[in-house]
Amino acid sequence: MNAVFEVAQNIMINNGLVMSFLFIGLLMWFSTIISKYLTKGRIHSSAIAIILGLVLAYVGGVLTGGNKGIADIAAFTGVGVLGSSMLRDFTIVSTAYGASISEIKKCGIVGIISLLLGVVSAFLIGAIFAVCFGYADAVSITTIAAGTVTFVVGPVTGSALGASSPVITISIAAGVVKSIAVMVVTPFAAKRIGLTTPKAAMIYGGLMGTTSGVAAGLAATDTKLVPYGAMTATFYTGLGCLLCPTVLFWLTRLMF
Amino acid sequence: MTIYGAAIIAGCMFVGSFIGDALGGLMGIDANVGGVGFSMLFLILITGSDLFGKKSSAATSEGLEYWQSMYIPVVAAMTASQNVVQAVSGGVMAVLAGLIAVAVGFALLPVLNNMFKSYEVERETEVKGE
Repeated sequence: MNAVFEVAQNIMINNGLVMSFLFIGLLMWFSTIISKYLTKGRIHSSAIAIILGLVLAYVGGVLTGGNKGIADIAAFTGVGVLGSSMLRDFTIVSTAYGASISEIKKCGIVGIISLLLGVVSAFLIGAIFAVCFGYADAVSITTIAAGTVTFVVGPVTGSALGASSPVITISIAAGVVKSIAVMVVTPFAAKRIGLTTPKAAMIYGGLMGTTSGVAAGLAATDTKLVPYGAMTATFYTGLGCLLCPTVLFWLTRLMF
Repeated sequence: MTIYGAAIIAGCMFVGSFIGDALGGLMGIDANVGGVGFSMLFLILITGSDLFGKKSSAATSEGLEYWQSMYIPVVAAMTASQNVVQAVSGGVMAVLAGLIAVAVGFALLPVLNNMFKSYEVERETEVKGE
């Protein structure tokens, strides 16, 4: 019996990416079934797939102690390849095929405003919580606040300012929480906040910024909106890396 | 050929990432600034051009559409490889900061959306007034 298991595991390991098609295919199929019969179609199957994916990522993380979710289990490393930033960005770019250039032109200014507002508001929230939880030095406050912007901006800012390792870890955690919250909440909140048009999707991408969060959130809401949200979100991390260690750090230092 | 569709996306991604990295370098930050966005713009411009309309075959479009349809499965795989444990164990502060930041973003969306709507209407009436 053990031998059979070993052979199966070796097939999974040696054909990682291809076996991930099987695994994710089954996950999508299972999500469709749940969506259809358990929620009577009220919750989109992509939203269920994303939530199930997060549960699997948690299980993988607990079992292995690694940081790549289920992809840290040897038999499922292929899932990490399929879900890598390379293929994520590749498929995001592909969604632009068929998008309307006039819709994008229409919201140039509001796109820029939403980006600035998105970075500054996330930074402010992060800074407020850092102060509330007893951090009093400008470097730690800025790093945690930058992490709330996205989990890339946190460590970039932290290492530029020389923040301590636990503070950088907290900043990454804040960013990951944000990104996951965006994935889960978006499909449920979409209608209520008017996230139904290309223009709203561009504002949403600028305000949320986390590429993975926006990608998954819009996938579960309306695939047609993906290119518009992704378009602005792609500038967010760069803007955050630009503003946090410079202007926003400087402003924070004036106060602390 | 179907591969042409994938090749076009990859080509756009190369040029877009290159610009994004160059922008980051010029700004002196270690990040890609808008690479995906530039890639998307190129893809829209190329596939919207007259030359593309004349020269491309149905198979090329299939290649583009195939990767489009792989988007959601890729996102599902991406969520399955997130560091959820760290998110949950980052402490109350990290969780609260992340959640509230998202809540504020959601609250700002309708505000901006409406602000821009009135701006658009104003512009239209201005034009009419003239």
